[in-house]
Amino acid sequence: MASRKLSDLRTGERGIIERVTGTGRFRQRLMEMGFVPGTEILVEKFAPLQDPIEYVLKGYHVSLRHVEAEKIVVRDPAQIGEG
Amino acid sequence: MAKEIRIAIAGNPNSGKTTIFNNLTGARQKVGNWPGVTVEKKEGMTSYNGHAIRVVDLPGTYSLTAYSLEEIIARNYIIETQPDVVVDVIDASNLERNLYLATQLIDLGVKLVFALNMVDIARSRGLVTDHAKLSVLMGIPFVSTVGTRNLGTRDLLETIVRVAEDRESVSRHIHIDYGLELEEEIEKLQGLIRTHTSFPDKHHSRWMGIKLLENDEEVTKQIEKGPGKREVFDQLEKSKAHIHNIMGEESEALVADRRYGFIRGALKETFQQTRRDRRYLSDQVDMVLTNRLLGFPIFIFFIWAMFQLTFTLGQYPTDWIDAGVGLLGQFVGEVMGAGLLRDLIINGVISGVGGVVVFLPNIFILFFCIALFEDTGYMARAAFIMDKVMHTLGLHGKSFIPMIMGFGCNVPAIMATRVLESRRDRILTILINPLISCSARLPVYVLIAGALFGARAGNVIFSIYLIGVALAILMGQIFKRTLFRGEIAPFVLELPPYRMPTLKGTIIHMWDRGSIFIKRMGTVILVGSILIWALSSFPMAPNHSSDPGVEKQYAAQREEFQENTLLGRLGKAIGPVLRPLGFDWRESVALLTGFVAKEIVVSTFGVLYHVGENSGEESESLRSAIRSAMTPLIGYGFMVFVLVYTPCLATVAAIRRETGSWGWTGFSVGYSLTLAWILAFIIYRGGLILGLG
Repeated sequence: MASRKLSDLRTGERGIIERVTGTGRFRQRLMEMGFVPGTEILVEKFAPLQDPIEYVLKGYHVSLRHVEAEKIVVRDPAQIGEG
Repeated sequence: MAKEIRIAIAGNPNSGKTTIFNNLTGARQKVGNWPGVTVEKKEGMTSYNGHAIRVVDLPGTYSLTAYSLEEIIARNYIIETQPDVVVDVIDASNLERNLYLATQLIDLGVKLVFALNMVDIARSRGLVTDHAKLSVLMGIPFVSTVGTRNLGTRDLLETIVRVAEDRESVSRHIHIDYGLELEEEIEKLQGLIRTHTSFPDKHHSRWMGIKLLENDEEVTKQIEKGPGKREVFDQLEKSKAHIHNIMGEESEALVADRRYGFIRGALKETFQQTRRDRRYLSDQVDMVLTNRLLGFPIFIFFIWAMFQLTFTLGQYPTDWIDAGVGLLGQFVGEVMGAGLLRDLIINGVISGVGGVVVFLPNIFILFFCIALFEDTGYMARAAFIMDKVMHTLGLHGKSFIPMIMGFGCNVPAIMATRVLESRRDRILTILINPLISCSARLPVYVLIAGALFGARAGNVIFSIYLIGVALAILMGQIFKRTLFRGEIAPFVLELPPYRMPTLKGTIIHMWDRGSIFIKRMGTVILVGSILIWALSSFPMAPNHSSDPGVEKQYAAQREEFQENTLLGRLGKAIGPVLRPLGFDWRESVALLTGFVAKEIVVSTFGVLYHVGENSGEESESLRSAIRSAMTPLIGYGFMVFVLVYTPCLATVAAIRRETGSWGWTGFSVGYSLTLAWILAFIIYRGGLILGLG
């Protein structure tokens, strides 16, 4: 399977968001911030202590903690989505 | 004169909303708090073509869900006061995400104007928006602005007036299309809300229907309170189940997804990115400032510089003010006849309020630095770098600044918690902040440790500071696990591009926060100082004598007098509570006066041990008096008590102000007193058992 956790991507890697797991407030907040299926996301850099991680999506920079990035499933951008 | 037009300014954080507000209103603005909360509320007036325009700046939000205080405030303001026009400030270089809030404003059915801000930055990044076409598509006028250079302000005002008077040809009411499946359910809910509840308005009921599908707590509560709740909630359950069945996804996620779908659709033909993936100056700066190796040293340097500016540079104006307050007291002393009123004015009002006014330079310099950090975008990076460390303490990355400021003074430190967005983080930081030993406590340590520990005094004092930090970590952990369980908000921190701040903007930002301190703190401090003055003045002492011959005898009388004042009696009354810690009534009185300001403990000892009020912590006679009264063990316990117990009156006032709650203020005072007692007890009794006494 080419689906991975966002937290597993390394600096400079890209992914397409497939879904956000988790529930309630957390999930809705992420979706509001643009973490919706089909969005391309780039790993900009890790903080000096490796956590949190800076991402670029929809043309802006945002950082997530590792535990939060674990809840986002991404796929390889080259792959054609199944829908 | 035409009717006054009321407008509200909405927008994402970092969209340049405040700059637009400043451009619209100029200096004519007043800052306060939204009722009952410490979210800043700014209001201003302007006029255009004979129209008076009242402008309210809503808190910056990414959305209008009911998850954060800011969102609830922004939303309720729009719903309840129905402004004539809502101006949504949109960052043109971050269009897609900024339009998310816009979709929710459209759902609310208010008259809108979009200020497409920072078009200069967007253009330099190769982002081109056909805003005329976008205006027609969305049915809302877009006005290009560059807030930092005050461009487009007239155009914005002109459009606001046109929209308010329904003369804008572009304006029309549109619906966000949530797709066939959702729309069907929204329509059912809307119908039931209109017919069965007390919300018959067409737009508002549709909005409520959408919000219910988003599991919005506020709207759920509103429906629950009124009639027709059974019908609505039954349908809501059916709708959610139906949506989940056919779409395989929760309704609230679908709503968010469809909003972005709408945005993508609108931008498809109107937005172009002519260049891609170029490294911008901002990213290059960031490569250095958050660098793996350099990030921390640079951050520590900035904090050090801020600390130095606040407390070292701030010392000069502080000294001037202090001298001025002294002169004022002297002046009043000379022009007024001796008596109770003079005593009240000099020792109650002037020295009490003067004791707070001296904080002003520190507070303004600190807020200037913080405003600079925020306006440049560095604050977000500081949080990014520090989050891992602070998170282990149960805090947010941004909590670092208030915590480090606490070493200088807890008052500005607690006020600096305003940088934290979540109320949970703010209260947690406020609760543990007083454990960071402020500079006012140092004279007490110097006196006691200097008297009792001789050459080891330095190490002893250092250990007290360490205990403070360790307690802050420990209490943070305890509070996180008990009082604030399960309330953790996602981190999701935007890292905006670095920007060159404007001096005017930064000064306004600083003034907004500092002026609240001036206005509100004075009152609490004033009342508190008068109270303490009264307690330590009644019953009255025998008449003062200026004859140096009787000075010695007078000093002895003064001790007797101190013992007999209400404060002295209070000290004796609480004596039994503090006796298990090895403290006698003098220590009790000193601790009571230390409630006003911790350094007063030293001068109180001066009075109580007959060495005169003006003996400082370095005074040898005072030290020997301490040596004869305390064992090192009691002295150590006393210092720990001073470290932990109730922060000074100014800090209590700041806590009251920033939490907006007497409950949390009382809790802060109560827990610190209890903790101080327990620790001093363990030290004293434990020490006795170990044979250290």
